Amino acid sequence: MNVLAVTEQRDGALRKTSHEVVWAARLLADAMGGTVDALVLGAPGMDAAGAKLGEAGADRVLVAEDASFVKYAPCGYAATAAAVAKTGGYGVVLVAATAGGRDLAPRIAARLDAPLATDATGVSFADGKVTASRPVYAGRAIQQLRFDAPVAVISLRPNTFAPGSAGKAGTVSKVAAVTAARVVVREVKAAEPGKLDVAEASVVVSGGRGLKGPEHFALIENLARAFGSAAVGASRAVVDAGWRPHAEQVGQTGKTVSPQLYVAVGISGAIQHLAGMRTAKVIVAINKDKDAPIFQVADYGIVGDLFEIVPRLTEEIARARAG
Amino acid sequence: MKIAVCIKRVPDTETRIRIAGDGASIDETGVKFIINPYDEFAVEEALQRRDKAGGGEVVVIALGPDAGQETIRSVLAMGADRGVLLKAERIPADALAVAKALAAELKDGGYDLVLFGKMAADDYHHGVGPMVAELLDLPCVTAISKLELEGGKGVAEREIEGGVEVVEFALPAVLTAEKGLNTPRYPALKGIMAAKKKPIEIKPAALGEARAIVTSLSLPPDRKAGRIVGEGPDAVPELVRLLRTEAKVL
Repeated sequence: MNVLAVTEQRDGALRKTSHEVVWAARLLADAMGGTVDALVLGAPGMDAAGAKLGEAGADRVLVAEDASFVKYAPCGYAATAAAVAKTGGYGVVLVAATAGGRDLAPRIAARLDAPLATDATGVSFADGKVTASRPVYAGRAIQQLRFDAPVAVISLRPNTFAPGSAGKAGTVSKVAAVTAARVVVREVKAAEPGKLDVAEASVVVSGGRGLKGPEHFALIENLARAFGSAAVGASRAVVDAGWRPHAEQVGQTGKTVSPQLYVAVGISGAIQHLAGMRTAKVIVAINKDKDAPIFQVADYGIVGDLFEIVPRLTEEIARARAG
Repeated sequence: MKIAVCIKRVPDTETRIRIAGDGASIDETGVKFIINPYDEFAVEEALQRRDKAGGGEVVVIALGPDAGQETIRSVLAMGADRGVLLKAERIPADALAVAKALAAELKDGGYDLVLFGKMAADDYHHGVGPMVAELLDLPCVTAISKLELEGGKGVAEREIEGGVEVVEFALPAVLTAEKGLNTPRYPALKGIMAAKKKPIEIKPAALGEARAIVTSLSLPPDRKAGRIVGEGPDAVPELVRLLRTEAKVL
């Protein structure tokens, strides 16, 4: 059985998650004895970007271009992906569980009459069946979901599947774009230029109630800046209090993040917060309460007054990175 | 305006998870169940839209066992007009099977809007809402944090990585609610009393065949216990050293 990897572009550039999805497809297809096709959906001119997906693990790169595909086009993307998925003997369709992919994957599944697993952190093949491994109950349990269908759709949690290199080029060919415009993304309002999203950054610095007021988030922003490219996150308590926007919230009713480094400042570690960050590679906690639950998941902790510790840490990180 | 809100009964998000004897579900002993938190935003939006339109009906629909009636009743107490329970022994893990049953119920309902929470807090699927939209061939916008409706047309905003998409669509439509869309109300005593008299229709769920099966459920591996590097700002240099040489993240 073959695997179809549906990739995602923004402003004509393939997103990092596309490489993750293509390589996950490669590993799965190898286990299933099949091939990998990568589907690129975008405005005309995607060939060069698409060609890189051969090296990323695709045997064939299929490019569907239409002027209306410049931004996410929910109906058109779904119709095109489903049309492609009906050809080519695919047993699995993989999509990244980004904001766009979470919207797209169920649409493709419904069009294919295929079962769906969202936000998977693992995919395996045994005894002729595909199984997705996925966190449920806010990461407090791991579910194995097995498919008993000719084709299944699985969305993969970003930052969880490593990209890889095939050491060879794939072929690039065009496929027909199916357009439909019942739901139209009129514009994308960008957040502040250069601002990184918590779900995508490799370093996340989050602040909680311990900061005592929204004005003190400058401390968090400065620390994030010292790391070079870190995103600012926030606990639910401070988002609910209106100190920070919901887009920055990490946890059960916010975003799930899996960065290389997560720094929790003045966050006690409520179960809802831990749900959103426990899969970070390294966790650092700074809190005045040595019994705070955050220290139970933190790799490294400092107990004390964040107003003294964070400026010093900012200074030392900047120095370490400069040296 | 006629609005359907599809809700799910889920374990309280503070629940301590224990795995049941079958190794594939949670032990529900002593577990408190609540309405899926995202569904509350959908309910609130439905109530506000009905009231703004100066009339209409908000129908709350749940799929699952009998106990789902309690959850429906809690939404009736918030102000919904009537409920429908699509009865099933348990809620399947196959989102498409659930979507098919809901779509069958919604199909001839004449709804202007069908609302869902953006995801279920228990099984973490984001699928049922957009699947229902596809099955009913309706426009759909997911995870909306802002909504404007006028003259049969709508504009919604949804957060994406590093920005916000502004999305246009026409009614009837399926929308799924993100936190921040509104502030859900608490039921007032009067509403709780009134809810007791509101009708809940119970009928079997026309579930599709379940082709996604939970073969196991397990607790995640504990994170290795970390260590307190020290106290106060003097511990900072040691922390930075560890991040660089041991964790290798600098």
